[in-house]
Amino acid sequence: MGIENLLFGFQVALHPYNLLLAVIGVTLGTIIGVLPGLGGANGVAILLPLTFSMPPTSAIILLTSLYWGALFGGAITSILFNIPGEPWSVATTFDGYPLARQGRGGQALTAAFSSSFVGALFAVILITLFAPLLAEIALKFGPPEFFAIQLLTFSSFIGLGGGSPLKSLVSILIGFILAAVGLDIVTGQLRMTFGLTDLMKGFDFIVAVIGLFGIGEILLSMEEGLAFKGASARINPRVVWETWRELPRYWRTFVRSCFIGFWMGFKPGGATPASFMSYAFAKRFSKHPERFGKGELEGVVAPETAAHAAGGASLLPMITLGIPGSPTAAVMLGGLIIWGLQPGPMLFKEKPDFVWGLIASMYTGNVIGVAMVLAFVPLFAAILRVPFAILTPLIVAVCALGAYSVNSRMIDVWYMLIFGVIGYVFKKLDYPLAPLVLALVLGDLAENALRQSLIMSHGSLLILLERPISGAITAVALFFFALPIITSWWRRFRGVSLPTASPRET
Amino acid sequence: MRAADLTTALILIAGGALVIWDSLRIGIGWSTDGPRSGFFPFWLAVLLIGAALGIIARTLSQKNGKPFVTREQLRPVLDVLWPATACVLLMHWLGLYLSSALYMAFYMRRFGHYSWLVAAGVSVVFAVSVFLIFELWFLVPMPKGPVEAWMGY
Repeated sequence: MGIENLLFGFQVALHPYNLLLAVIGVTLGTIIGVLPGLGGANGVAILLPLTFSMPPTSAIILLTSLYWGALFGGAITSILFNIPGEPWSVATTFDGYPLARQGRGGQALTAAFSSSFVGALFAVILITLFAPLLAEIALKFGPPEFFAIQLLTFSSFIGLGGGSPLKSLVSILIGFILAAVGLDIVTGQLRMTFGLTDLMKGFDFIVAVIGLFGIGEILLSMEEGLAFKGASARINPRVVWETWRELPRYWRTFVRSCFIGFWMGFKPGGATPASFMSYAFAKRFSKHPERFGKGELEGVVAPETAAHAAGGASLLPMITLGIPGSPTAAVMLGGLIIWGLQPGPMLFKEKPDFVWGLIASMYTGNVIGVAMVLAFVPLFAAILRVPFAILTPLIVAVCALGAYSVNSRMIDVWYMLIFGVIGYVFKKLDYPLAPLVLALVLGDLAENALRQSLIMSHGSLLILLERPISGAITAVALFFFALPIITSWWRRFRGVSLPTASPRET
Repeated sequence: MRAADLTTALILIAGGALVIWDSLRIGIGWSTDGPRSGFFPFWLAVLLIGAALGIIARTLSQKNGKPFVTREQLRPVLDVLWPATACVLLMHWLGLYLSSALYMAFYMRRFGHYSWLVAAGVSVVFAVSVFLIFELWFLVPMPKGPVEAWMGY
């Protein structure tokens, strides 16, 4: 049954128009991934308005291809310029840049792209196998189960996100509060508008994404002083072939990183910790850990495989439960709603062509992606040689364009600027931004799920614990919420204080 | 860093108080058909204030002498921000194409020290290509001003 559906999906994905969109998406995505300040989430957000007139399946293929492209683009800047375009490429710079400095940039890039491909493919295969099952289970979910999953989503930011748990909590709450601004669709009452008509429609999370990640990121990189000093890389078929012959040696790393990536990735905010964890494991199990950090190919393979397995995995909860695993998935979810689709388990029943076209396009998008980046690396790398005095205003202008076109409202462009400043300040103070965006997206859904649960139970929160599935999920969520407190007690008990690493999360 | 952390937390508390005030106005309790509109935001704001107080307590107990931002760091940031703000302001009258082109040209001229010719060239190419892609190809209208009106759009 699964195979038939997949073959049907391939018919959709291999349609010439959709293939062309995939090529365009990968190209734009790679450019966006290379540019500082524009990441996958932003790229998807800015392009979203252009897809309103397309058929939904083609639109989602364009956007997922863009996502794959952005993931590949991040690897180029980390290896050649030592600038991680995305937070999950930070670990790639550890060995990628030294390799490039030694003149082995071609090998490093080939290894990175191939590992990304393997990681993503692994995730897509698992999605193909498990998505229908998960959707089947989710069909039986009621409001308490959905609210429990939301709790789990946000608790994993607090328990596993690294950084300050209180600040993660603040980000989540701000997101939810901003989501509540405007008209309450259930009661028809205006909330927190303070008599201002502009606030009646609330805050669009796409605008928030463009401001927080786009403008905020460009402000940060201006402060750090944009200076791109890149190593050059030559990629020719011989280098690619030789690297490919070397890669099977690292099969253990591949397998381990795939599993780490997928496991971390289908929970929110997983790609970055997955890449660090996988790098650390590769180093620990290596015969020569001392070579790591000085230009070891395995040090590129491990984080790239894990990051892409995680990137793929984050799409699993989006298509089956309607709950995005990353800001990029969140923007795509917003797209689904705008195209008139109801995200969630019913999609598999109601729109099989959409779901299976999307899943099949993940295969085609990755094949196209790896072929294109291998062929055109020098071109993409040349983008960063464009002087900052042109790049900076260009990126700001593109962001403004994207923010306006979401709703055709000028006020959104102002919100974008404000969110940009907030993003800049929050990033400096280590408030994570990803949970804010996710909360802003999921706010209405979460509130309705909670409301309906409370109505079912006549006002008792215990309903979340009383039903078996939601009870189990809520228990795990409560454990994650308590995890920072537990670990700090544990450390005090053991008498050690370890500094916690706080990877930047988008 | 400390001052910035404390200020942010205080702003959050003020924001939380505002949300609580508004939620109390529309009702946080139970009505005939379930929780009232203020229920969800009220508890969010209560948690927010609690978390912000926690952050204040933590910040006060730690020492961090690192400044939030130095004058040298802030300069390039403001150099991006104030022309961008001016550009968005101009959009209300001139439309998006002209004002973003002006912004690009200004930024390139002032901070990149390009000649007027190059600056004008790049920004005009940008504006025209955006116009072609958004307005004509994908039919997504952008705010337009007198210049576009004069050209017939």
